[in-house]
Amino acid sequence: MVDLRRAAAIVGIHEHVTRYAPDKSELQIQGESVIKALADAGLSKADVDGLFTASSSVRNSGMNLADYLNMYPRYVDNTTVGGGSFEFHLSHALTAIAAGRIKVAVITYSSLARSGGVSVGTGGVGRFGHPVLDPSPDSFEELYGLTTVGLYAMIARRHMHLYGTTAEQLAEVSVAMRHHASMNPEALFRDPITVADVVGSRVISDPLHLMDCCIITDGGGAVVVAAPEVARNCRHTPVWVLGAGEAIAHQGAGKRDLMYIAAHQSAPRAFEMAGVTHADIDMAMVYDSFTITVVETLEDLGFCEKGEGGQFVSGGRLQVGGALPINTDGGGLSSNHPGMRGIFLLLEATRQLRHQFAGTGRQVEDCQIALAHGTGGALGSRHSGGTVILARD
Amino acid sequence: MTTVWNKPLPSIVGETKPFWDSCRRGQLMIQQCDDCGEYQWYPRGICANCWSENIRWVQSGGRGTVWTYTVTYQNRTTGFADMVPYVLALVELEEGVRMFTNIVDCNPREVAIGMPVEVTFQTATPQISIPYFKPAG
Repeated sequence: MVDLRRAAAIVGIHEHVTRYAPDKSELQIQGESVIKALADAGLSKADVDGLFTASSSVRNSGMNLADYLNMYPRYVDNTTVGGGSFEFHLSHALTAIAAGRIKVAVITYSSLARSGGVSVGTGGVGRFGHPVLDPSPDSFEELYGLTTVGLYAMIARRHMHLYGTTAEQLAEVSVAMRHHASMNPEALFRDPITVADVVGSRVISDPLHLMDCCIITDGGGAVVVAAPEVARNCRHTPVWVLGAGEAIAHQGAGKRDLMYIAAHQSAPRAFEMAGVTHADIDMAMVYDSFTITVVETLEDLGFCEKGEGGQFVSGGRLQVGGALPINTDGGGLSSNHPGMRGIFLLLEATRQLRHQFAGTGRQVEDCQIALAHGTGGALGSRHSGGTVILARD
Repeated sequence: MTTVWNKPLPSIVGETKPFWDSCRRGQLMIQQCDDCGEYQWYPRGICANCWSENIRWVQSGGRGTVWTYTVTYQNRTTGFADMVPYVLALVELEEGVRMFTNIVDCNPREVAIGMPVEVTFQTATPQISIPYFKPAG
C-alpha cells in the first residue's frame, strides 16, 4: 500500500458551543462552524475544494450543504454510517489529498436532536424518520421493539454473562467522563457523579441505566484537513493523520459473534498504516454512546484483552493522569451528543495534540499521538467503526 | 373479539413472501444453500455466504436458546410504549442462526442467557402472523 502517513493534516477546527439551538437550522450551524474552522486554520472559502458531511435528516446532505454554502467543491463525500461517519470522512479525505485530487477538505456536521425532540435512543422504529418498515432487515427486527439502547444493552448483558463485567464497572466510564466534563465549560452536565449515582439511576433497558446512556443535545462542528504544503503555512501546528481504518460489522446472516465489534477489524488497519503501537498512544477519543460501547471498543481496539474491559476502565484509569485518558471533553455521556458524535472525537483529539489546555487539569501531559474511534449504528445489530491515529507535528 | 394491531408490521416482498406465508400456517422457515450448505437468517434472495442463487426454504425445528436479551423499560414507539417491560432477545436456533425476537408468555425476570425456548405465533392481521419465542415446554 502507498505510504499515507502524514499525507494530510488537521489544520482547523471548530466546535459549535450550542447545546440547544431551536432557532437555527442544521445547515446554519454547519455554515457557522465551517467559517470558524477555516478562520482557525487561516484559510478561506476559496481554498476549499473538498466537502465532507453526513446527516440523518438533511436529504442529499453533500449537495444541499454545497448549495447552502454557495460552494462548488470538486470532491464531495456524504458517507453516512452513523456516529462514526466523520472518522470515515477523514480517512477518505486523507486518500483524496494523497492522490492529489484536492488540497483542502472541510468535514462538517450538525444536528438539532434535542430541540427537535428526537428520541434517539428509545424511539424505536421511526426514530430516524422511516415510518414504513423496509422488507429487510427491518421487517425481521423492528417488529420486536428494538431501540438503540436495547441493542447496546443486549451486548452489555452478554458481556456480563461471559466475563463477569459488573454494572459498577460500566458506571466507572460515566464517572470518568463526568470528571472530564467538570473541566469543560461547554459541557452540558458538569456536576461530579459517583458509581452509586449511575447504578441508582432508573433502568432504561436492562442492564443499562439512564446514566449509562449518552445525553441528547443540539450541536455541530467542523474540521479542516489540508495537504502538507498547505498545512505548513496554517495558523496552528499541524495535526498529522498517521493511519486510518474502516470497518462494518453486522449479524453475518445470523452467524457473526457480535461480541467482537467493528473496532476489531478497523483498529489493526489503522495501527498498521500508522506504524505505531498501543504503547505510543497518549490519549484516545472513544465513541461513548453508552458505557458498554467504551468497554467493548477498548477491548477490540486492543488496549486490553477481550473480557478485561470492565477492569480496564475502573479505578480512574480513563481520567487524565490515568493509564489511558479518554474523552477529555466529557464525551457523549456528559458534554454533548447531537445524534452522530464522531466529529467531536476529531476536535478534542486535535485540541489535545495542540496542547491547547496546557497548564490545566484537562491537558494530557506531553500528548504526541492520539487515537479516535467512531462507532455508528448499534453494537447488537449492525454498526460501523472508523479508527484514526493522529500525531502532533 | 377484535384486536387492533398497533405495532409495526413487516412489508412483504417476493424474496420474503414464502416466509410470511409459512408463518400464517404456524411454521418457522429459514433458508439453506444447496451449494455451500449454510443456513442463513434473515431471508434473502441469494446465499449470503457463497452468493449462490440456489437457496431453498427449510422448516426450522423452532427450538433454540436465548443468546442474549434485554428487558426494555422505555420505548416511545406506538405499540411498545404500553407494552413495557418486555424482553427483546437474540435467539440462537438449533440450526445455528440467531434471530431477533421477543420472549413472551413468561415473567421477564425469569429470562436468562442459555434458556431453552420454542417458537410461538401471534396473529397480527388475517395475512400476517409474527413469530415469537416462549420458554420451551
